[in-house]
Amino acid sequence: MGESVGDFVRRVSHELGRNRSRLLELARAVQERYRYVSPEAMDAMARSMGVPRVEVEGLVSFYAFLSDRPQGRIVIRLSDNVIDEMKGAARVGAAFQEALGIGFGQTTADGLFTLEWTPCIGMSDQAPAALINHVVATQLSSDSARRIVEILRQDGSPEKVVRAFGFGDGNNGHDLVRAMVHNNIRQPGRVIFGHMAPGEALSKALAMSPVEVIRDVKTARLRGRGGAGFPTGMKWDFTRAAEGQRRYVICNADEGEPGTFKDRVILTERPDLMIEGMTIAAYAVGAEMGIIYLRAEYAYLRAFLEHVLEGRRRQGLLGRDIAGKKGFHFDIRIQLGAGAYVCGEETALISSCEGDRGDPKDRPPFPTDKGLLSHPTTVNNVETLCCVARILEHGPGWFSEEGSSQSAGPKLLSISGDCARPGVYEVPFGITLAEVLRLCGAEDAAAVQVGGPSGQMVGREGFGRRICYEDLSTGGAVMVFDGSRDVLWIVNKFLDFFIEESCGYCTPCRVGNVLMRERVQRIRAGRGEPSDLDYLRRLAQTVKTASRCGLGQTSPNPVLTTLDNFRGVYQSRVQQPTDGRRPAFDLEAALVEARAATGARPAVTPG
Amino acid sequence: MNNTINLVVDGRPIQGRPGQSILEAAQAAGIWIPRLCYSKGLVPHGSCRLCTVYVNGRPQSACTQPVAEGMFVEANSQRLLELRRDLVEMLLIDGNHFCMFCEKSGSCELQALAYRFGITAPRYPYLWPQRELDASHPDIFIDRNRCILCARCVRASRDVDGKHVFGFYGRGPGKRVAVNAHVRLADTDAAVTDKALEVCPVGALVPKHQGFTVPIGQRPFDQRPIGSDTQPEKAPKTR
Repeated sequence: MGESVGDFVRRVSHELGRNRSRLLELARAVQERYRYVSPEAMDAMARSMGVPRVEVEGLVSFYAFLSDRPQGRIVIRLSDNVIDEMKGAARVGAAFQEALGIGFGQTTADGLFTLEWTPCIGMSDQAPAALINHVVATQLSSDSARRIVEILRQDGSPEKVVRAFGFGDGNNGHDLVRAMVHNNIRQPGRVIFGHMAPGEALSKALAMSPVEVIRDVKTARLRGRGGAGFPTGMKWDFTRAAEGQRRYVICNADEGEPGTFKDRVILTERPDLMIEGMTIAAYAVGAEMGIIYLRAEYAYLRAFLEHVLEGRRRQGLLGRDIAGKKGFHFDIRIQLGAGAYVCGEETALISSCEGDRGDPKDRPPFPTDKGLLSHPTTVNNVETLCCVARILEHGPGWFSEEGSSQSAGPKLLSISGDCARPGVYEVPFGITLAEVLRLCGAEDAAAVQVGGPSGQMVGREGFGRRICYEDLSTGGAVMVFDGSRDVLWIVNKFLDFFIEESCGYCTPCRVGNVLMRERVQRIRAGRGEPSDLDYLRRLAQTVKTASRCGLGQTSPNPVLTTLDNFRGVYQSRVQQPTDGRRPAFDLEAALVEARAATGARPAVTPG
Repeated sequence: MNNTINLVVDGRPIQGRPGQSILEAAQAAGIWIPRLCYSKGLVPHGSCRLCTVYVNGRPQSACTQPVAEGMFVEANSQRLLELRRDLVEMLLIDGNHFCMFCEKSGSCELQALAYRFGITAPRYPYLWPQRELDASHPDIFIDRNRCILCARCVRASRDVDGKHVFGFYGRGPGKRVAVNAHVRLADTDAAVTDKALEVCPVGALVPKHQGFTVPIGQRPFDQRPIGSDTQPEKAPKTR
């Protein structure tokens, strides 16, 4: 360890060109090397990047994968998504605690292990799952948790764990991936998983003018696959028309919506298609620089993706004069996230790419006008970019053959929960929920969450509804729940998630989600009153209306859609005050302090 | 070149200039839109959301939304009053606010808004967060219990004082105002004359060595409700 923290920071800063917008990468490097970002590291980072220290601290404290306290050499992050818990995450967590001798949020005395909960890591189809540093461990049980700790204690290398359990299918076994992750591609379709020859779509695109390329994407009626459904061609038009000396294309691979994992499968099996789409996007809007913003949880795919990028550079499909087209230069770098769901929101993603806290930005200006470093920027989802490549390869008509009137083409679904065949499905837009449930083997489903926590909870009477932008709009997450699941527990879990992931910038989201959870918990504890339903609805409406970005505008959806579709559940859990005593008043809790002070015991044993 | 932008606010045609926000244009026309994080002369922040208005039916923050020709703005309707009440009540329970012994009482914009909106007691449960105090600086005291995370100090220090004394730590409900040093304000170059102190709308940043120099009862909002300079208060609506 000849190098001091200060020396290390100076060296890495220099490698990053002392470019302020690479501050997140510097912080990641410090975290990786020292297992935390110490106060002295922050001082050094501020000095060598020329930023106020308070901004360094602000950044470090924002991202879940950065820590300002020492962490163990191995950090085990167990996913606490609803699906993980349904599949036994609590038992796995207990086994980890027992084997390690620490609780969650703690580090072992020898500095070897830290144990943490983390939101969905994109493995809901093979839950419960955990990250061991960058290594993914799936389908965990209490037995496998104990075995993992044993292996780590003997060897200290998370990679050994994977070797013990075996690699997953497809490219998960690639030398640069070596993951125990499974693709679970249950229904491959012709668009995303059809045969692909790298460069073919691109050469067709390059034979056209950029304006013609955009026209084709518009003709195909392609809309964003991340969930918002904005017309892709229009976004490109705006970016192309905006004034600026430079333009950027960003691929949003920050798939963080709990229950979603289809982009992970694309990144593993179809990276060429995605990068081809990105290159076409760059040609269409006139960008020379692109960024793949990869969520930290998918860091295990980074080396593989770098390798694919390098291969395309060698083939002349990236770099200068791409595919022989004079003057068309474009290259891509990968930017890793650091654990923040909100960065999936495009303006927050841009903040993060600029080396800042992942706070969303005000709109206007829109990213297409003033995006990354104030240059016109198009941000497109992984799946959207794959569709782009297919549209250029086979024509817009081929693409829009399937789908519904306002939702052309196919959609990838990530299906998980109480079903026989969880995994990735390519389905035509417009498919009914009932059909989806039949495909995945979930005939006894009682509730389905479409679009993840920010989407909608649909009950049996809604299974005739269709998955498409005009009805059940979704980025692709479909979580299935059978009749044994408690809807209010699910709502509670979703609110936990939003509270954990809110950036805290605006009042309604920072405070309102906490208040909604308080009332849901009160109802779950049997202390709810009928008036709580109106209270919740008004609160939810305020958060939805007043929040600054998509996170807060959708975080009340679990409450609102269950109030609509599962009203009976709420009604059965609240009680009218009868004898003048309000059920909301917890007498026992109110007396705890006084009893502790006086040493009195409860006069009546509760229950 | 025509430099006037025509828009309608609460049924009244008004004029704005290019680049002006809805909040500023309304203000110039004598229409007061409640606000907290907005402070004249600072870059708008759009975080408190009190100035939320409906622009052609869509909610937007009036401090960040530029005026545009033909806009229809709903700025002070009953439903927006209800929304703003909710937001002020959220801020009141998000921190630990004890007006009765706060130096800022009567000059506090949060308190003044609560009064103007007819809030007597919050309907929401108190969250009683744990917040750090910082009395390390010889002339300035930070009481994070009273901080509403409006970022006025952050912006004023950065853009007016040219110091970057303040920033933010953490996220979500754990977000706190941070200082440009390891923990202590005393280790920054903050000065009691900084604009950052002057713009604090609540009692989170207060000068030391002085207290109650203006007696309670004679402070600005003891005299007239907040916003009266622009638009006198209508009869208070209570629930």
